Amino acid sequence: MAADFTQATLTNRDLAVFARTIRIATARMIHRAKSSHIGSCFSMIDLLAVLYGRILRVDAQRPAWPGRDRFILSKGHACAALDAVLAEKGFFPKSWLDTFYQDGSALGGHAMHSVPGVEVSTGSLGHGLSLGCGMALVAKRESQQWRVFTLLSDGECDEGSVWEAVLFAGHQQLENLVVIVDHNKIQSLGRTSEILNLHPLAKKWRACRWAVREIDGHNLEEIESVLSLVPFERGHPSCVIAHTVKGKGVSFMENKVLWHYRSPDDEELRAALAELSAVS
Amino acid sequence: MAEEDDRVCLVTGDLGFGVVEPFATQFPSQFVNAGVAEQNMTGIAAGMALCGKIVFTYSIANFPTLRCLEQIRNDVCYHGANVKIVSVGAGLAYGALGSSHHATEDIAVMRALPEMTVVAAGDPIETEMATRALAAREGAAYLRLGRSGEPVVHSRSVDFQVGKAIRVADGDDVTLITTGTMLHATVQAARQLAQEGIAARIISMHTIKPLDTDALYEAARETRAIITVEEHSIVGGLGSAVAEVLAENLECHVHFKRMGLPSTFTAVGSREFLAKFYSLSVEGIVESAMQLLERADARDDSQSVAATIAAGA
Repeated sequence: MAADFTQATLTNRDLAVFARTIRIATARMIHRAKSSHIGSCFSMIDLLAVLYGRILRVDAQRPAWPGRDRFILSKGHACAALDAVLAEKGFFPKSWLDTFYQDGSALGGHAMHSVPGVEVSTGSLGHGLSLGCGMALVAKRESQQWRVFTLLSDGECDEGSVWEAVLFAGHQQLENLVVIVDHNKIQSLGRTSEILNLHPLAKKWRACRWAVREIDGHNLEEIESVLSLVPFERGHPSCVIAHTVKGKGVSFMENKVLWHYRSPDDEELRAALAELSAVS
Repeated sequence: MAEEDDRVCLVTGDLGFGVVEPFATQFPSQFVNAGVAEQNMTGIAAGMALCGKIVFTYSIANFPTLRCLEQIRNDVCYHGANVKIVSVGAGLAYGALGSSHHATEDIAVMRALPEMTVVAAGDPIETEMATRALAAREGAAYLRLGRSGEPVVHSRSVDFQVGKAIRVADGDDVTLITTGTMLHATVQAARQLAQEGIAARIISMHTIKPLDTDALYEAARETRAIITVEEHSIVGGLGSAVAEVLAENLECHVHFKRMGLPSTFTAVGSREFLAKFYSLSVEGIVESAMQLLERADARDDSQSVAATIAAGA
C-alpha cells in the first residue's frame, strides 16, 4: 500500500518514509533513463523532503497560486528528485515519472518550468539565485508574505554570477530570501577542495551580509528546525549550508565522484533498492 | 510610462549617469541598480517579470547583451519573461573608446534567440514609439539605441508598429533598407541620389525580428536593386536577415548589396572617422547605390543581348 504524501504537512514518521520513497523513485527513474546525477539527487533528497513536507507553502491543486512560496532548484541537473517529489505531492500523475528523460516526455534531464510545480527552468548553473533575487525584491517591495527558497550545489558556487547575486541580496536586505547550499563536497571531476576550493564557505556568505547556519543536511529534525527559523536575522537574507554526502542512502554510491555521472545498471539498481528498502 | 503603469520597472547595471537619476528619484520602488553585474541584472529582471513586472534592463554597448547572453536566453527568452533589454551606443557610437565598446554583433546574436523581438531605433521618434510599443507587447525584446542626439527624421504622426517597416520615401530605382542609427545618413543619401536622377525608396526596418517580409517582396518586385545599410557587422544583422528572405524566394530577382562593418576589430577613431572609413557615410551609400545600379544595367543589358542571340539562333 503506497503512502499518501499529498497533505500539506507530513508527520515526522511520514517525513522519513517520504525521503525514502523519493530516493527509490529517483533511482528507478535514473536507471530506466540511463541518465546521470543520481549522487547529486541523493545528497539533497532529505532537504527536499523537509521543504515539501513541512516548510513550503505550495498547493498542488493551484501550482500558480500567487501567494505560494517560490522554490528554485538552481542545481537543475538534480531535477529527477524534484520531479519525484512533485509527483508524490500530487502536482502531476506519478505515471509521468516512468517517462523521465524519454523521447517526447514532459520530464527532461534538467528542471523545466513547463512541469507543474517547477518554478523556473534551470540546468545552466549560476542562474537560480538571480531569479530568486528578482522575485524576493518584488515580494519585499510589495510587502507580500511569500518567501523564496533557492537550492544551490556547492560546485555551482564556482560561478561568478552566484556571487553577483549574493552581493545583491545582502545589499538589498532580502530577508524573504533563503539559500540552501547542498554542500556534498564533490563536483563533476573531483572534490571541490581540489578543483576550486570554497573554504571557508560560510565566511564568504557572512562577508556578503548573509545570516548563515550550518547543518547536517541529512538530519530531518535539524533541517526542519533551522528552516523554520528563517529569516535568521532581521535585514539579512538567510543561507543554510547543508553538509551532505553525495549519493547518500546507498553505501556504494556515497561520497564517490563516479556517481555524479554514472547510471546504475540492473544489478546496481537491485542492490540500491535493497539497501533503501531495508531502512526503517 | 512608469507613472501610467506601476508594473514598469528599470534595472540598470550601474550606467546611465545623468539619465537614470531622475527616474530613480521619482520612482524609487520601480528602480533597481544591480551594480556592475549584468548577469545578475538580467536574472533579477527575469525574476521580477515572472512576478508580473514589465522590466527594462539598461546598460551600454555589449554589456546588457553579450556579457549576459545566457541569462537572456535561459532566464528571459525561455521563460517568456516580460523583459526589455535596452542598450545605448549602437555600433561605433563610442568611437575612440575602442572595440570593447563597439556593439557590432548584437543584432546578429539577439535575433538568433528564440522568442526574442529585436528593434533598432533610428531617431528620437522611433525610440519613443518603440519603447512604448515594446512595453505594451508581452515577452522578451531587445531595443538598440544610438548614443542620443540623433536628428529627427520622422514626424510624430508616423505609423510605428513592431514588425512593420516604415516607408520613409518612395522610389523605384533602388531600395535602401536601413535600421537604427544609419537612418539619417540613408535619408540624406537618397536626396543626393535624387539629384543624380535616381529614385531611391527608403525603408526604415526598425524591427529586425520579426522581419517585415512583405516590405521586402514589394521592394524586390518594384525596384531594381536593394541595399541594406546598418551600423553593425556584415555578419548576421539586417543584411543577412534580408538576404535570407530574398534567397529563399524564387520570385525575388533583384540586385543586392549589404553595407555594414567588416567582421574585424576597428582602429582608434571617432564614430564619424570610423564610419567614413567603412563607407557607412552619405557618400558611401550614394557610391554603393550608383555602382550597384551600373552593375545591374550592365548585367540586364548582357542578358537581353543573350536573349536576342538565343532567339535569333
